[in-house]
Amino acid sequence: MAATAAPATMFEKIWRTHVVVDRPDGYTLLYVDRHLIHDGSYFAFQRLKGRGLKLRRPDLSFGTPDHYMPTDTRRKEDIANPDSKRMVTGLAINGAETGVTVFDIGDRRNGIVHVVGPEQGITQPGITLVCGDSHTSTHGAMGCLAFGIGQSEVMHVMATQCVWQKKPKTMRVDIDGALGFGVTGKDVILAIIAKIGAAGGTGHVLEYAGSGIRALSMEGRLTICNMSIEAGGRAGMIAPDDATYEYLAGKPYAPKGADWDTAMARWKALPTDSGATFDTEITLSGPSIAPMVTFGTSPEDAVPVTDAVPDPSTAADAVKREGLAQALRYMGVKPGTPITDIRIDRVFIGSCTNSRIEDLRAAAAVAKGRKAVVPSWIVPGSGIIKEQAEAEGLDKIFKDAGFEWRETGCSMCLGTNGEIGRPEERIASTSNRNFVGRQGKGVRTHLVSPAMAAAAAVTGHFADVRKLMA
Amino acid sequence: MTQENVPARLPFTSVSAVAAPISQANVDTDQIIPGRFLSLPRQTMVPHLFRDQRYNDNGTPKPEFVLNRPEYAKAGILVAGRNFACGSSREMAVTVLVDNGFRAFIAPSFGDIFFSNCFQNGVLPIVLPEARVNDLLRFLLELPGAEIAVDLPSQTVKGPDGKTDHFTIDPFRKDCLLRGIDEIAMTFGYEADIKAFESKSITARV
Repeated sequence: MAATAAPATMFEKIWRTHVVVDRPDGYTLLYVDRHLIHDGSYFAFQRLKGRGLKLRRPDLSFGTPDHYMPTDTRRKEDIANPDSKRMVTGLAINGAETGVTVFDIGDRRNGIVHVVGPEQGITQPGITLVCGDSHTSTHGAMGCLAFGIGQSEVMHVMATQCVWQKKPKTMRVDIDGALGFGVTGKDVILAIIAKIGAAGGTGHVLEYAGSGIRALSMEGRLTICNMSIEAGGRAGMIAPDDATYEYLAGKPYAPKGADWDTAMARWKALPTDSGATFDTEITLSGPSIAPMVTFGTSPEDAVPVTDAVPDPSTAADAVKREGLAQALRYMGVKPGTPITDIRIDRVFIGSCTNSRIEDLRAAAAVAKGRKAVVPSWIVPGSGIIKEQAEAEGLDKIFKDAGFEWRETGCSMCLGTNGEIGRPEERIASTSNRNFVGRQGKGVRTHLVSPAMAAAAAVTGHFADVRKLMA
Repeated sequence: MTQENVPARLPFTSVSAVAAPISQANVDTDQIIPGRFLSLPRQTMVPHLFRDQRYNDNGTPKPEFVLNRPEYAKAGILVAGRNFACGSSREMAVTVLVDNGFRAFIAPSFGDIFFSNCFQNGVLPIVLPEARVNDLLRFLLELPGAEIAVDLPSQTVKGPDGKTDHFTIDPFRKDCLLRGIDEIAMTFGYEADIKAFESKSITARV
């Protein structure tokens, strides 16, 4: 082994250990170590079967239905929409036919695919992981290369366990200094997207680094990597450290005994070498990030809770100006309105972005002893998180405060299971997209952290959670 | 041995068609096909393209929406603002556009996954400089029903103003489109490489 290898980024190290074929035209056949599958992959199974192809590595493939299952029941026969029912029931059937492990509805391990992967220890440092869902970037928080693919590529991975990729560029996002009280991973990623724009990371893999990231829990890191796609990024990643290893140790699919020690030796070599270069580097000051709220219809439309809705006429260019004006019309908010003056109709705490135990604890700390004044849902990220929250008494805190404690699933993040808002309903949501119509036709979505969502639930408007908790 | 000559779909060579302008930035795939239609079979999804922009609550078409205007009934190219089709990986955003007759998309930038998904479905996403896209949008708005000609072999886009732009495309993607190559069949040609990789990989096992 050469002792003088050039300094490399973590991305580069993972990439080059997964190259099956490098074509002279710049395309790479990349090996996929783990393939996660959800109920939306139904059509990929159908197409695979239709072509008479076998699923190559069922042992590396894991499924969990999450997109189409209602969260007020665990009985598949209760699914009213026949198309949805077919997709949910199809996963276990396809799993049984192909040998893929499926954490089915009713299994305590069932949950949102991007919560389940890390929780089961399927997601590990140094691996490549794909899933037919854009928020696959989440898993990069464990120190792996994880990205979302389309359904044709899902079928390609099923058949070949590989995916064709052009090597992306790299961007380092440095969070310098620890976050302030009441500021979370969600606020960090919204601040990043507000700074670089919803297309700021296009074509890049984003590595989040710096003391502000090192001080975060795994839950906070998963939230940040989750929304890399909202910054336009192909993937997000964070170097593994003691927090990663403590989180992973003892998880069902994590290496055990001597295998753990061997793996640890590999994992410790993963972080980006000093002197390695990135195509782009940006820095944000950790202590200056405030709790964030989105006011528009793109995740880049985010401001600190202490700010006001901006005036489109101050936008940099005509496209941005017209876009903002249109967004404010859709959202029904006027320029100059203080964020804390915006009243809300409903609260959703859940999604692959913010439904983990730490998220629920943060929301419960705000809800405790207070009353929700608008309909407010809590949708845990998995059956295991639900159990854990109940063991900690969080469900009781939420129920006493008038929140609705529901079953796991993607739910109102995107409404594919029928759980959507009403036109013009204004929702404080811990999910990842405030797109037009994302949570139902005409619904006005504001993205916030779980603590900020709980603060909105108990006050009926956006509120600075730092004051509420002071 | 490789099997790079297995056609899976119609090759893409060129398209001359009416171009529809959607000038907003950050049009996401949820707008192209809202989540509530994603469980529909492909053939029944077709009328739901841009559903919420296109139709009123009572199901009547909104006359002002670009795709409802008669000039665009036969549109085959879409010209859009920056970061077109960002967001969700739903491949239906491509297929519903394809099933509505679109074969090429022109924008200053695209959502990464939509961009890949286009090639999986034999259609062409083209990146042009923002200033030129804004020019095209302006022409199309002034001359509803104007055509754009896209030619893949020469990598050119001819606008309604007669001006021709060159665009770049990865040779791999270009070749797959021109020959209608199926990636799965092509990858099977590398079976020996995949097997060799699997036999030495530490991470390709549970």
